[in-house]
Formats: sequence, structure tokens, C-alpha cells
Amino acid sequence: MSSLSRLFAAGVVAGVLGCGTVSAVSGESPHSSTSTAKPTAKMGLGRQALPEEIAAWDTDVRPDGRGLPVGRGTVKQGDDLFQERCASCHGEFGQGAGRWPVLAGGQGTLKADRPDKTIGSFWPDLSTVYDYIKRAMPYGNARSLTDDEAYALVAFLLNLNDIVKDENFELSDKNFTSIKMPNADAFFDDDREASEKRFWNKDPCMSNCRDVPHVTGKAISIDVTPDGKSGPKVD
Amino acid sequence: MRDLVNRRRFLSAAGLAGAGIAISPQVLAAEAAKPDPLITEVQDWQRYLGDGVDRRPYGSPSKFEKNVIRRDVSWLTASAESSVNFTPLHELDGIITPSGLCFERHHGGVAEIDPAKHRLMINGLVEKPLVFTMDDIKRMPRTNRIHFLECAANSGMEWRGAQLNGCQFTHGMVHNVMYTGVPLKVVLDEAGLRPNAKWLMLEGGDASGMNRSLPIEKGLDDVLLAFAMNGEALRPEQGYPLRAVIPGWEGNLWVKWLRRIEVGDQPWQTREETSKYTDLLADGRSRKHTFIMDAKSVVTNPSPQAPLKYRGRNVLSGFAWSGRGTVKRVDVSLDGGRNWRTARIDGPVLDKSLTRFYVDFDWNGEELMVQSRAMDSTNYVQPTKDELRKVRGVNSIYHNNGIQTWLVHGNGETENVELV
Repeated sequence: MSSLSRLFAAGVVAGVLGCGTVSAVSGESPHSSTSTAKPTAKMGLGRQALPEEIAAWDTDVRPDGRGLPVGRGTVKQGDDLFQERCASCHGEFGQGAGRWPVLAGGQGTLKADRPDKTIGSFWPDLSTVYDYIKRAMPYGNARSLTDDEAYALVAFLLNLNDIVKDENFELSDKNFTSIKMPNADAFFDDDREASEKRFWNKDPCMSNCRDVPHVTGKAISIDVTPDGKSGPKVD
Repeated sequence: MRDLVNRRRFLSAAGLAGAGIAISPQVLAAEAAKPDPLITEVQDWQRYLGDGVDRRPYGSPSKFEKNVIRRDVSWLTASAESSVNFTPLHELDGIITPSGLCFERHHGGVAEIDPAKHRLMINGLVEKPLVFTMDDIKRMPRTNRIHFLECAANSGMEWRGAQLNGCQFTHGMVHNVMYTGVPLKVVLDEAGLRPNAKWLMLEGGDASGMNRSLPIEKGLDDVLLAFAMNGEALRPEQGYPLRAVIPGWEGNLWVKWLRRIEVGDQPWQTREETSKYTDLLADGRSRKHTFIMDAKSVVTNPSPQAPLKYRGRNVLSGFAWSGRGTVKRVDVSLDGGRNWRTARIDGPVLDKSLTRFYVDFDWNGEELMVQSRAMDSTNYVQPTKDELRKVRGVNSIYHNNGIQTWLVHGNGETENVELV
């Protein structure tokens, strides 16, 4: 809040004190301030969001299931939908067509030289699958799936990844949080300040710091740099 | 023969045929003895009138600068709408990136939004959920700040070794502009945070609906909701009409076309903070919420797209930056890290901003192994790639801030190499 705005607000209050209608004239009714940080004074900008508006935009889902809509869908329904709406990019079995993302498989490869990071092998939370599909898929026609369709697709992806083996399985808002993802426990919060503490050094070496270096790899021997003419046309 | 082929490949890759020739002082002296027709003859631009003031209502660079453009690497991604291109760092100077050259990263293409139709919603753990128009936001107290935005994946293709020949491609997922916007705290206070507010979720209005969780401390500290860059409205590809500015933190968090901020008591674990923007280590575990971009630097000149052209006096130049504060010092080595000299920093040294450094040096055609090493205000020293690999392995994709080496050959040609 700028001091100018504060002055302005004070002026309005002072000007109407004699009328005894301070709260009515000073605009928006004051909200209670319980924020954790010191709040600035209200500007009276914006308007209250309506429940319908919040419902339209607030579709996110958390790992604890908060945000899940009421609904359900089976592996079989998901299979049919997947073949129709998803398989052209992601392959019939989620194996990925061409260079499009692979959605299934890769379990046990995270320590391998070339890890295969899929929903089954890598993703920690099932909620992310629902949230992302509902929000951003199919690519090029986002937000076109119903809640039940999204449940069915998530059920099918669980089946493709062998997390749910029963082909008659039905996923719903009721049983959603009971499913644990295989790689759920393999994530931890950023620890660089501890694990990379050695990179803090007031006096790094300035002379005779290492042996004579030798070149071990060159970008030109891989030869994947785009040709200089491949940039977008500018005229 | 093999060298010849490589040389041609190099020249065409860098678009620099004819460059890389070191002209001897003798040749220059001989040329100087003859009068220069560019001086002795009247040139067209000295005789005929140029364009009038009405010809360029919004100006563009000179046609002689047509190679100064963003470039992409088509094999990197499956689709141009969820892809990235690269800032031509080797063509820039100072610290401000021209808006039209700022690298782009989209997940659902560029949303073209009429600002009159744009809305920002604040909901969740607030006293009063609110909807703002762009006009509302422009009536709030605003601030101006210069910050770098670096993609978490900048230099990510180089984890396994030297791959791309040019600093535009190895380091060009970064830009640095002046943002004008409203502190996020102002907007949050308008809605009124509830006591259990611990996390924020930012959500984009584009087709990817980009969503990321942000700790509330950061949101109340220095996050801006920006509507302008470099003095004018945001470019569409940079989030017009409204984007988040999260100083020092990975670019993915800087949600563009920002339409909603939800307040919650725990992170949402969205796709962009679980499947993506998590850093897989050699032991199979992954770091998550690796928000900060560590101290980093790169020599932009010389570099593969900007070889040395002359013997004698030369200017070595580059950028350094840190998400942890200001750049305190930049050291440069010409012998692959054996010996270092401290570079000259010139221009503004700002918090979480690109910082420009120079070394003025003489070059007599000897082979150089050029490196730069940034130190920030927390005394973090930019590590070598091998030091990073020792801690992280080669599969973490993101946050590669390792020291870059350019090998400068006797003819001035310069290439991306790895050393041992």
C-alpha cells in the first residue's frame, strides 16, 4: 500500500466523520485481517468471486483428494476413450507414438543409464494424473473431457502401468486416495544447501588449480546443432 | 580431410562462412596505404534521402542484424507448441534482453488474450475470494524491477557432454528485462490471507493450464504480477496481459497468462512439480521443489557462433547471474581452469539479474580453453560440470549451472568442448 493511497483513504474518512457514515462512505466494507504477514490496507479493488466462477476455474486436485469431483469410470471405459482420444499420440498401450510422451512402463529403470520416467515408474501422486488430464489433455483440445471420462482414463492408465490389475476396476472419488503410486516415496525436498555445501567457498583457487586439461568431448562430433539458416524468417 | 569436413560443418552450423580469419597487422597496414573508397567516394546514404518518420511507427532492428534472432532446436521436442527457443546471447551486450529476442517456452502455444477479457481470480484460504480485471490491477501500487528468467532446463542437453555448438543453444534459455507490476502481496492482502495459508498455486489461462505450487513466504516477499516488460506491455509470448515474476527461481514458476491464484495449506504436486521440474539423482531418488537457480555464467564472446576474428586486442565478454543474490565476482580462465583472473564487471549489479563482465586481452593465435566462474553474494562458487555430476549423476535434466568451456583454435574458430 503506497503512502499516497493511505493518505487518500485517511482524507476520505476525515471528510465524512461529521456525517457519522464512515463505513458506508469509505467504500468496500472492511474485511477482517487475519493474515500471517502484516497486511496492507484494503484498496477496494476487485469484486467477490461467485461460487459458480470458482467452480468453473478451480479444478485442481491435491494428493489428499481435495478437489476431486464426484464421479467414476472403469478400466474398460478408459480403454475405449484412450483408443479414441489419446492413442494417436500416446500409442495403444501408452508406449508413445513417435516422439510423443510414453505413459506406461519403465518400472525399475530410474537408476539405469537411460531411465524411462512414466506415470507408473516415476509419478509420485495419482492426483496429478487426474488434474493434468482434466486440465490440459487431449493436447489441442484441452478441457473437453467430463469428470467421469477423466476417472475412466486414469483407471485405464493405472491398468496399463500394472498398478491396478483388475480390468473390471472402477475408479471413483471414493476409492481414489487408496491407491499408492510405486515411486511415491522417492522424492525429497531440495537439499542443495546441505548436500552441495562444498560449492560455497570464499576463496576459490586462482592459480595452478589443476593439471593440464585435455579435451574429452566436442559438440561438433555429435553434430546436432541446428543449421544457422533454420531460424524463423524475419522478413 | 576429416578436419576440413569438420571445419565446413562448423562454419555452416554457426552460419559464419568466411569468419574465423585472423588478419595480420601487416595486411591491415598495406590496406591502410590505399585510400578507402568508403571514405573517398560518396555513398548512396550520403546522397539520397532516407525513410521519413512515418515509415516505422514501431521500429525494427537494421536489416544488417537479421541473424540476431531466436532459434529453436527442432529435435528437442515433439511439438512446436510445447517447446522452447533460445535467446541469441552472443549477439547481445549490456544486461537487458530486447523483448523480441527473449527466449520462449510454451506448453500449449501462445495464448492470444484480449486484455479486456482477462480475469485474475484469488481463491482458497482467503477471507474473500476476488476477481480482478486488468484495469483493477493497473490501479494498484506498482513497482519496477530487473530480473533474469532462466528455464530450469537451460544447459540441460549438456549433462552428458558437449552437444550443441553455440552459447545460444547451451545457455540461451535465459533473458533479463525490467518488469513493471504489482507486488503479489498487495493482491493477497486485498483478499485477506487466512492464518493457515502456507502455499499458493499459480495457474495459467492458456491451453496447458500451467499450474505450480509456491511457498507463501516467497509469494509475500518479492513476487510480482507483471503487466509490462522493458517499458511496454508484455509480449504475447511472454504472457500478455499478465505474468508472474518469481525472482531467482526457475522459469517454469513464472506462470504466463496468469488467471488464478489459489491459497492453500500444502503444495498441490502438479504435473510440473512431479513429472517435470524434479531432479532425478543417480540413486534413483529425486529432488523436488528445486526452486532456486544457482550462480552461473557463460562467456558469450568468443563462443562457437562468435569466433575470434583478430589477433592482438580483443574483448572477452559474458553474463553471470545468481538466483541467490547479486553477482559478487566473475573469474575467467584462458587455460581450461588452471589459472584464473578476475573479470571486470561493468554496468548495474542487481539482485537476481544478469550481470555483464569483460576481460580485455591480447591474443596471438594460441589455443585457448576459455571458462568463466561466477561467485555470488552468498559466496556460492559456480562448480564445474564434473563436480555437479559427482553429486547428481547425469539424468537430472534441470539446474545445470556447470562451468562452460570454449576451445578457441589458432584460426579463431571456437567450439563447445568438455575437458578432463
